[in-house]
Amino acid sequence: MTEKKKLKLGAVITEPGSTEKYETGGWRSQRPVIDVEKCKLCGQCWMYCPDVAIIKGKPYKIDYKYCKGCGICAHECPFKAIKMVEEKK
Amino acid sequence: MREVLNGNEAAAIAARLARVQVVPAYPITPQTVVVEKLADFIADGELDAEYIRVESEHSAMSACIGAAATGVRAFTATSSQGLMLMSEMLFVASGLRLPVVMTNANRSVSAPLSIWCDQQDSISVRDSGWIQLYCENNQEILDTVLQSFIIAERTLLPVMVCYDGYILSHTAEPVDVPQQNEVDNFIPPYSYPYSLDPDKPTTVGAVGIPAHYTEFRYMLHEALMDSKKVIAEVGKEFGKRFGREYGLLERYGSDDADVIIVTMGSLGNALKDVIDQRRRRGKKIGMVRLRSFRPFPGEELVEAVGNAKAIAVMEKDISLGSSGGLFLDVATSLSSANLKIPAIDFICGLAGRDITPADIDSVIDETEAAAKSGKVGKPLRWLGLKDVEVEE
Ligand code: SF4
Ligand code: SF4
Repeated sequence: MTEKKKLKLGAVITEPGSTEKYETGGWRSQRPVIDVEKCKLCGQCWMYCPDVAIIKGKPYKIDYKYCKGCGICAHECPFKAIKMVEEKK
Repeated sequence: MREVLNGNEAAAIAARLARVQVVPAYPITPQTVVVEKLADFIADGELDAEYIRVESEHSAMSACIGAAATGVRAFTATSSQGLMLMSEMLFVASGLRLPVVMTNANRSVSAPLSIWCDQQDSISVRDSGWIQLYCENNQEILDTVLQSFIIAERTLLPVMVCYDGYILSHTAEPVDVPQQNEVDNFIPPYSYPYSLDPDKPTTVGAVGIPAHYTEFRYMLHEALMDSKKVIAEVGKEFGKRFGREYGLLERYGSDDADVIIVTMGSLGNALKDVIDQRRRRGKKIGMVRLRSFRPFPGEELVEAVGNAKAIAVMEKDISLGSSGGLFLDVATSLSSANLKIPAIDFICGLAGRDITPADIDSVIDETEAAAKSGKVGKPLRWLGLKDVEVEE
């Protein structure tokens, strides 16, 4: 059966903030994992994440709905508290 | 009122009559007079529009896109290298479905550098999703630019009005210029359904992910194919109001012709003279001049040439490594209709090289020979080609 889809002319989007619906977590081939023992809550990863996928708090968490697995957080963490591990399908 | 105008002036006057609101302009030979004239009109208070002196044609089209998206009528003009430079933005204008209108004074493309006429520039961007209309004379330029605003805004597709550089852009002939109120009654005010508005935020130029991109290309293609109806419809409406009717193509002596020449642009004018002479001598020669190249009126063409014994395509461009751009579409249309008519592609008039009556005679003779024998031989021929040798 053919999939049905409603699309606006010119790919215009008339609903503000709709990017939220577009979950980019599926792009990930590696996932960042925070070692809460090593984490000093310094906020470097939060500042560098291009996808706003780090959730501040005690402990820090990662929003895997949007994290694309770029690895920037792991690279930037001054305490090597983030590891990139292979994403299993 | 009848005025003596060159093609560039006819284009500029039509844009003024259509009350364009934004003119991003960058000069290039041979279209420069279009944007010069529009600058005059605005400076003299004859046209209420924003004139943006941009730093390149890429920016000219970018500004047209921005203006059209904010809900105003945008117009610009270009030629050759300018069209090449703005080609990235051509695809954006059509992809965003913005009804920009632009005139292109056809000129050959570097290298070698040439400012003279051929149609390589616009043929090279045929895949950009723009409607492309080609004009035979200056009256048709004025009339087509006027119609283009309606066509663009009804279909939400950008329209490029092409006319031969120098042959039309710099040659003056009598042109009937309609009154402002007549044009106002013909062209409704600009409207775009998604005009940028702070009270109704929209995203223009969003990402097309693999899950959607194909559908957007399909929609754009379908819109272009459907625009055939609108082009024909607007050409008729124009005829009713102004007495000059236009269609997707023009047929001249083609109904009973054995040999039909298919072409575009000002060459149609010269061909009519030669065809008249031949017909007076009892030769059944005809012409089909395409006015719309994109969308390509394949079915209409087949209907017009279907009874010919042989077809010649005369075109001022070459899709290097294949054959002429026009020929490709003609051949596809014939084969889709299962028609096996011998067809020869004549590449001619490149970089303003004159196409003489003798050249046209040889085209007719060679095509008649194909009609008699039923054999094409070499399908691609360079008209008047000199015997070249590579110099060491
Ligand atoms: S891997 Fe990249 S996207 Fe994911 S949390 Fe780290 S910085 Fe953000
Ligand atoms: S950069 Fe490292 S230490 Fe700092 S908050 Fe992020 S994970 Fe914790």
